[in-house]
Amino acid sequence: MSRTTRLGLFLTAATILAAALITAATELPGFGGSRHPYGERAVAAGLARRTANIVTSVNFDQRAFDTLGEESILFGSVLGAGMLLRLARDERKRRAAAEPVLPTTRLFGATLLPVTLLVGGYLVAHGQLSPGGGFQGGVAVATALHLAYVAADYLVLKRVRPLAVLDVADAIAAGSYAALGLIGLAQGAGYLANTLPLGTFNQLSSSGLVAVINAAVGVEVASGVVVLLAHFLDQAVEIVPRGERQ
Amino acid sequence: MSYFPYLAAGWILLAGLYGLVTSRNLVQAVGCLAVAQSSTYVLLLAIGYRGNGATAPVFSDLPTDAPVVDPVVQALVLTDIVVGATVTALLLSLVIQLRKRHGTVDPEDLTGLRG
Repeated sequence: MSRTTRLGLFLTAATILAAALITAATELPGFGGSRHPYGERAVAAGLARRTANIVTSVNFDQRAFDTLGEESILFGSVLGAGMLLRLARDERKRRAAAEPVLPTTRLFGATLLPVTLLVGGYLVAHGQLSPGGGFQGGVAVATALHLAYVAADYLVLKRVRPLAVLDVADAIAAGSYAALGLIGLAQGAGYLANTLPLGTFNQLSSSGLVAVINAAVGVEVASGVVVLLAHFLDQAVEIVPRGERQ
Repeated sequence: MSYFPYLAAGWILLAGLYGLVTSRNLVQAVGCLAVAQSSTYVLLLAIGYRGNGATAPVFSDLPTDAPVVDPVVQALVLTDIVVGATVTALLLSLVIQLRKRHGTVDPEDLTGLRG
């Protein structure tokens, strides 16, 4: 198909789609209205399970089974990217070289790395109380480790990131989410039902199963993102075609 | 216009699709897919928005009867972001392999199958 036919085809389809979207938008309830039936029910259900952060309650309690699927997509993508980016037969690894870094940049990285790790851990641990949770906190933890790459070089990143441990942690955390669902079954409720003691509202130990699943997801996201980025960084820094001189 | 934010989401979707159709570079095409997908964030957040001083659905420092925005759509956006980011990573690793095996990232030059 030539470029002009393709563009023409797209413009026709886009016009129809735009007309449909405009019609649909005018039929929706107005922006900022006060009628949110699902939202109100979700808030009531979250508060009844003593979870202060309703978004976390929706994700890890009210639709925990959906989040299990989403978390499996995350695990599958990390696995898929790892398969696609493994060392091919006509490639070899070269040693990454040390890079010169400004002392101020090095100081910045050394100061902020532990702080960012702590913030990420805090976000995961308080997922059921304050904005944040396993997904967001996990990304913050993974970002923290990569400050070593930004503020120093690849060799330093390799030292601070235990890749073999994280590979295993990713798989165990992904599996433990599915296993945690069995608690509900064992207590005669249903798969992934929140049957653990609910604790006191607005305390670290509140919300029962939500806090545990949240922690498992935090570990999975943190290790998954580090492993994913490790594969991409390998491609950029270490892997070269066989026979090519440095 | 009370439905203007919904139309903005539709516009972002069409802009992303236009980029996907016309792109001559697969890395750019993956970026355009991310743009098209981000329209769903705008749409969902626009649907969940609530006027009259409603705030984030987190009750750690709010009275339990305070008006809050819709937490269901926010949870959906969170799902969307996670899935979007990982699928983008998977697509980008496919592009890296294409570049290695075929020496190009222009979809027009990819004509034959190769093992």
